[in-house]
Amino acid sequence: MNMEDMVKLNYRVCPEDFVKAGDASSNTKKVLKKLSIPSDITRRAAVVTYEAEMNIIIHSVGGEITVNISTKKIEIIAKDWGPGIPDIDKAMQKGYSTASNQVREMGFGAGMGLPNMKRCSDEFLIESQKGKGTTVTSTIHITN
Amino acid sequence: MYLYEIRGILNAEVIAGKSGMDREVDFAFGADLMSDVLAFVNERTVLLTGLTNPQVVRTAEMMDLTAIIYVRGKRPDAASLELAEENGITVMCTPYTLYTTSGMLFSAGLKGIDELGVVG
Repeated sequence: MNMEDMVKLNYRVCPEDFVKAGDASSNTKKVLKKLSIPSDITRRAAVVTYEAEMNIIIHSVGGEITVNISTKKIEIIAKDWGPGIPDIDKAMQKGYSTASNQVREMGFGAGMGLPNMKRCSDEFLIESQKGKGTTVTSTIHITN
Repeated sequence: MYLYEIRGILNAEVIAGKSGMDREVDFAFGADLMSDVLAFVNERTVLLTGLTNPQVVRTAEMMDLTAIIYVRGKRPDAASLELAEENGITVMCTPYTLYTTSGMLFSAGLKGIDELGVVG
């Protein structure tokens, strides 16, 4: 990959589509592997994308995930169109969750998603506006 | 510990990823909570679980897990097995419960991830 080269991936994520859950993350991971990104960095990016994908499916009215890959960093932007997070501080607490029983039965909704995304990121930004939606931006630096 | 050793200890049936039985794992992690698997686990680990939906295999794929062992005689659905084959993840079923399965593997020398200091 040349310095100027940048790979951009974009996925539409539909609410409550548990059948396709993981498709965007799986594809992202395969692309990163193909680009020979180190495996620990690929894994961190895969976890961030997967948690973001599950969050959009579980909590939102729909959204999209964009992944920008350059030689220096991976940027994952997860954007949804609502309903927004009323209290971001609470949402960032380990164990805080508003997920339904159905989601919990699938093994998710333990309140670990956002903290885990932050843990896997070098830079992590979350913005949310009630009624408008949430955007989570995660940046992972590529170091060999 | 090699996957073929684990199969022997647990009297397990291998239902996907049969060609990868000569791979070695360093740790095991038992959970029905995939959120915790995503937060704590690393590669060269075998996941013990009683949860059978495709999200279990997706989680294993994201974390580069070597194998999944379904306990209490549970069997995953066809979609899960297809995903596992596609991603080179070995899948086994054992009749033992999660506690017994964990005890048998621990006694045989397979460690938990506690010593990595990632939990808590």
